[in-house]
Amino acid sequence: MTLVWLIVLPLIAGVLSWLVERWHGKAPRWIALATMTLLFLIGLALWWHGDVGQGRWLAEWRAAWIPRFGIEVHLALDGLSVVLVTLTALLGMLAVLCSWTDVTERVGFFHFNLLWVLGGVMGVFLALDLFLFFLFWEMMLVPMYFLVALWGHAGAEGKTPVRAATRFFIYTQASGLLMLVAILALVFIHQSGSGVYSFNYEVLLSADVPEALRMPVMLGFFIAFAVKLPVPPLHGWLPDAHAQAPTAGSVLLAGILLKTAAYGLLRFALPLFPEASQVFAPVAMALGLAGIIYGAVLACGQHDMKRLIAYTSISHMGFVLIALYAGTALALQGAVVVMVAHAFSSAALFMLSGQVRERVHSLDMRDMGGLWSRLPVLPVFFLAFVAASLGMPGTANFVGEFMVLFGAFPVAPVVVVIACTGLVLAAIYSLLLMQRVNYGPVQSEDPLPGPDRREYGTLLALLVLVILFGLYPQPLLDTTAPLTDRLELLFTAEAE
Amino acid sequence: MMMDSFTTTLVILSFALPLAGTLILAFSGGALGERGSARVGVASVGLAALATAWLIAGFTGGDGTPRTVHLWTWIRVGDFQPAMSLVLDGLSLTMMAVITGVGFLIHLFAAWYMRGEEGITRFYAYMNLFVFSMLLLVMADNLLLLYLGWEGVGLCSYLLIGYYFQNAANGQAAFKAFLVTRIGDVFLALGLFLLFSELGTLNISEILARAPQTWETGSTTVNLAALLILGGALGKSAQLPLHTWLPDAMAGPTPVSALIHAATMVTAGVYLIARLHGIFTLAPDVLLLVGLIGAVSMLLAAFAALAQTDIKRVLAFSTMSQIGYMFLALGVGAFDVAVFHLVTHAFFKALLFLSAGAVIISCHHEQDIRRLGGLWRTLPVAWGGFLVGGAALVALPLVSAGYYSKDEILWEALAAGEPGLMLAGLLGAALTCLYTVRLILGIFHGPANSDNARHARSGTGLAHNLPLVVLAVLSTAIGAWLYPGLHGGVLPPNPGESVEGGHTMVAIIASATVIAGLALAGWLFHYQRTWLARQVERGMGARLWMLWHNAWGFDALFDRLFVRPWQALVRWLRNDLLDQTMSLSAVAARWLNVRLVRSQTGQLRHYAVIMVLGVTLILLFLALAPALGGGA
Repeated sequence: MTLVWLIVLPLIAGVLSWLVERWHGKAPRWIALATMTLLFLIGLALWWHGDVGQGRWLAEWRAAWIPRFGIEVHLALDGLSVVLVTLTALLGMLAVLCSWTDVTERVGFFHFNLLWVLGGVMGVFLALDLFLFFLFWEMMLVPMYFLVALWGHAGAEGKTPVRAATRFFIYTQASGLLMLVAILALVFIHQSGSGVYSFNYEVLLSADVPEALRMPVMLGFFIAFAVKLPVPPLHGWLPDAHAQAPTAGSVLLAGILLKTAAYGLLRFALPLFPEASQVFAPVAMALGLAGIIYGAVLACGQHDMKRLIAYTSISHMGFVLIALYAGTALALQGAVVVMVAHAFSSAALFMLSGQVRERVHSLDMRDMGGLWSRLPVLPVFFLAFVAASLGMPGTANFVGEFMVLFGAFPVAPVVVVIACTGLVLAAIYSLLLMQRVNYGPVQSEDPLPGPDRREYGTLLALLVLVILFGLYPQPLLDTTAPLTDRLELLFTAEAE
Repeated sequence: MMMDSFTTTLVILSFALPLAGTLILAFSGGALGERGSARVGVASVGLAALATAWLIAGFTGGDGTPRTVHLWTWIRVGDFQPAMSLVLDGLSLTMMAVITGVGFLIHLFAAWYMRGEEGITRFYAYMNLFVFSMLLLVMADNLLLLYLGWEGVGLCSYLLIGYYFQNAANGQAAFKAFLVTRIGDVFLALGLFLLFSELGTLNISEILARAPQTWETGSTTVNLAALLILGGALGKSAQLPLHTWLPDAMAGPTPVSALIHAATMVTAGVYLIARLHGIFTLAPDVLLLVGLIGAVSMLLAAFAALAQTDIKRVLAFSTMSQIGYMFLALGVGAFDVAVFHLVTHAFFKALLFLSAGAVIISCHHEQDIRRLGGLWRTLPVAWGGFLVGGAALVALPLVSAGYYSKDEILWEALAAGEPGLMLAGLLGAALTCLYTVRLILGIFHGPANSDNARHARSGTGLAHNLPLVVLAVLSTAIGAWLYPGLHGGVLPPNPGESVEGGHTMVAIIASATVIAGLALAGWLFHYQRTWLARQVERGMGARLWMLWHNAWGFDALFDRLFVRPWQALVRWLRNDLLDQTMSLSAVAARWLNVRLVRSQTGQLRHYAVIMVLGVTLILLFLALAPALGGGA
């Protein structure tokens, strides 16, 4: 039943915070914060009490929904989901905190959308029924559309936030449709063999898909997830949406929504179609390389600080894609660490961008420079998270990326060699960001206000997490080990 | 072998103290003030030096077997189990002694040098972090932890080169340093991937044990592994072709140049190859390449040093040249001798840089040789430092530390059957004499060439004098005697040990070269100044001067080959070409939309006609389809 609460609580709290706005302006913030804190604690408790070393589900909940088609409300939690659920709750807290002074209009409706996105994401990470999964997958989109469209800001050349939100919506909607087709195809194939309709994940795992259909159905899933990850050339929605969303929206997009794609690949695309995935692996890895390099090159050419950070996400997710299709336990574990580390570091960088924007009233790096001497404390955090983003050892980002590369090297040495150029490119864009914002001659002598306790606390918490997982990632690794071990078996079994 | 808890505590203290210094400084929020920051910064490294001294005393008293301190397992997935684990042996202790000992003196000197500078807390925080990272680098018992230190020192180097951040040129220099070394680091990382996938471990002693069992001498894989590791070493140690960052790195404060870009970090590549000697001895071709790169870097840098006008750039090229000697020693298999030169070089080059710092501050930030001169009376301590340090740099026979290590290098080169490398070393020694004498005469003798030089005021106080005096003592023969010698323990025997006779001969030739070089340099730069000045103004002389002044034009070459194409690529893609291509679908939809909207004329006649036409077409299709053989 806890699992249901994980999804329902944010939905209820969302409605509540919309309603209470008329009584008290700050109440929605507190409701949202309290809800996410509660969810975070629930996540930690599940993690703590669950026997994560076991391969089975830590918690499961199911109820019939549309029995005629074998559709159930089926929720379950394993090591991977518990990590991502806890991460979602944590980033949810940060998203509420970082919009504390950023968002001042329609506060109630803002938090309604925020909490519904989070509820949808929770559902994605917990749903084991493919129909339910699709429902939650679509459910994240609508509130996110409103977050970007209503509270976003204009981009370069006067691009409106509505345009960015529409692009985001069209891209993900189209890809979602493709996934729906793939899900239905899978269900019908299974029905034709066994005679019963079922959307149950575990049932479909054993579905005997004819060889000719494996690749097209797998591609349906892959493309849907590839849009969200994103993989070039399907990334067009990302820079606009990330750059023009309000800070909380960027934090959620980069921190959580991109991870739903990696989760989908790990949970569905790979285990459902191990053979097809194995065949497809070289293409997927090539796409991952394209993402690493293309994202990095584009990041280097941006003037808008948030756009730069957005493109680096494409680059970092390329490592995840390579890891998933390398299929060794080490690489897969690395992918999970990259997902978590990237959530922390990109969320922190987006929050810093928001804080700088609140002070300098611009995101154009040509208007900055020399902030180190004008702005107390924040540049130090900037430095720390830039170092994380370029994969400095001691940060979780390093652990993740290097595990991916170590794990993929025996399988695909050439891919790893090319991916390593991404390490150099990461240094270029990270230091460009640091240099343009914080170093160089000052544009004005006026000192800017330093961070308040809320800003300082959130950034410090993220920094501690980045370093903690950078020096001792074992709790994370132990939690996801059963899943990655199983996937490695699937992959190596196909290779033989 | 594990060790008692007291030693373990000392080991942890030795690197944790500088880290604690960084944290205290970072979280002080400027509350410590200039003096407080300096105290924390200097004391943390000083205490680390004491802990190291204690460890060395304990180690030399014991039987000399390596000891390991296991803190925790960093990552554990299957066979992949790199640990936070430190090793104490002759090599790591020697390096620790240099890092904390020389490091402490430089930190102390910086308290004088940085007086009145803005952001001194930041300076000491970075410096302490550097010492911490460098210690981890040399103490690591596995390559991943070594890599942590390796990248950490790179980051600190970046931060300290760009310390005066308001000047955009410093930022550029810092950026270049980080990027060029990062390219080397990527090779090292690839080397790590290869070693792990082939040997199944990252633990250094296990790698050295398994390598000879897994690979035959000269096999492709071991050559590749050695080449990749060499790539990392070249970047960090500023050897050809990844050397271009070092001269620009002089933008940082002078104590930084002394600590990072002379005594410790730039020699990390030498340490790395010495540490992984087992792989290189299995790859003799690559090992020879190490020696060749060293020799070429050494000569090219020595020529470049001849044509610099900035004190620090002369010293930077000199550093690159001296590291070339170390690579030469590695290349002939004399790992121990390479480390020996690393140690003496750390002493005398730190001395030279600190003396240069003393000159620069005393002359109000003037560091152009052409605008200095005649300072030997006003700055006696710095002058003494330059004389002793310069003597060690040119390897003045018998009295200087540099003589003992450089003589060994030349002898080992000959003993290993590489007379060509030895001759290159001799030529390098002569060139070293030329640029050193030019530098010292230019700064301290002749007329004072600017107001800054005329109004120089000597530094005073303990923080100024003590480091210079101690380093000067260490740069004499005393420093050379302190070196323990590592062969037999951690490093393989030098090639010279199996060769009879000839060492005295080499020593005499080397000494003669140095003395001849000094005489020639004295004559050239003292008596033939005006002739030289005329020569470099036009014709062949001017061209040579420009070539050497620009360090053989590598910067311009790389700028054309890499930087500009990269910038063009970034500009070309800036607006996201792929996305624009994808957006063509939107354009197509809009185009269709415009066309189809036209059909909505609102006139009933048009609609009726189109409907009839449509129905006819469908009926025709249905009637003809079976006949056409489609039939579906």
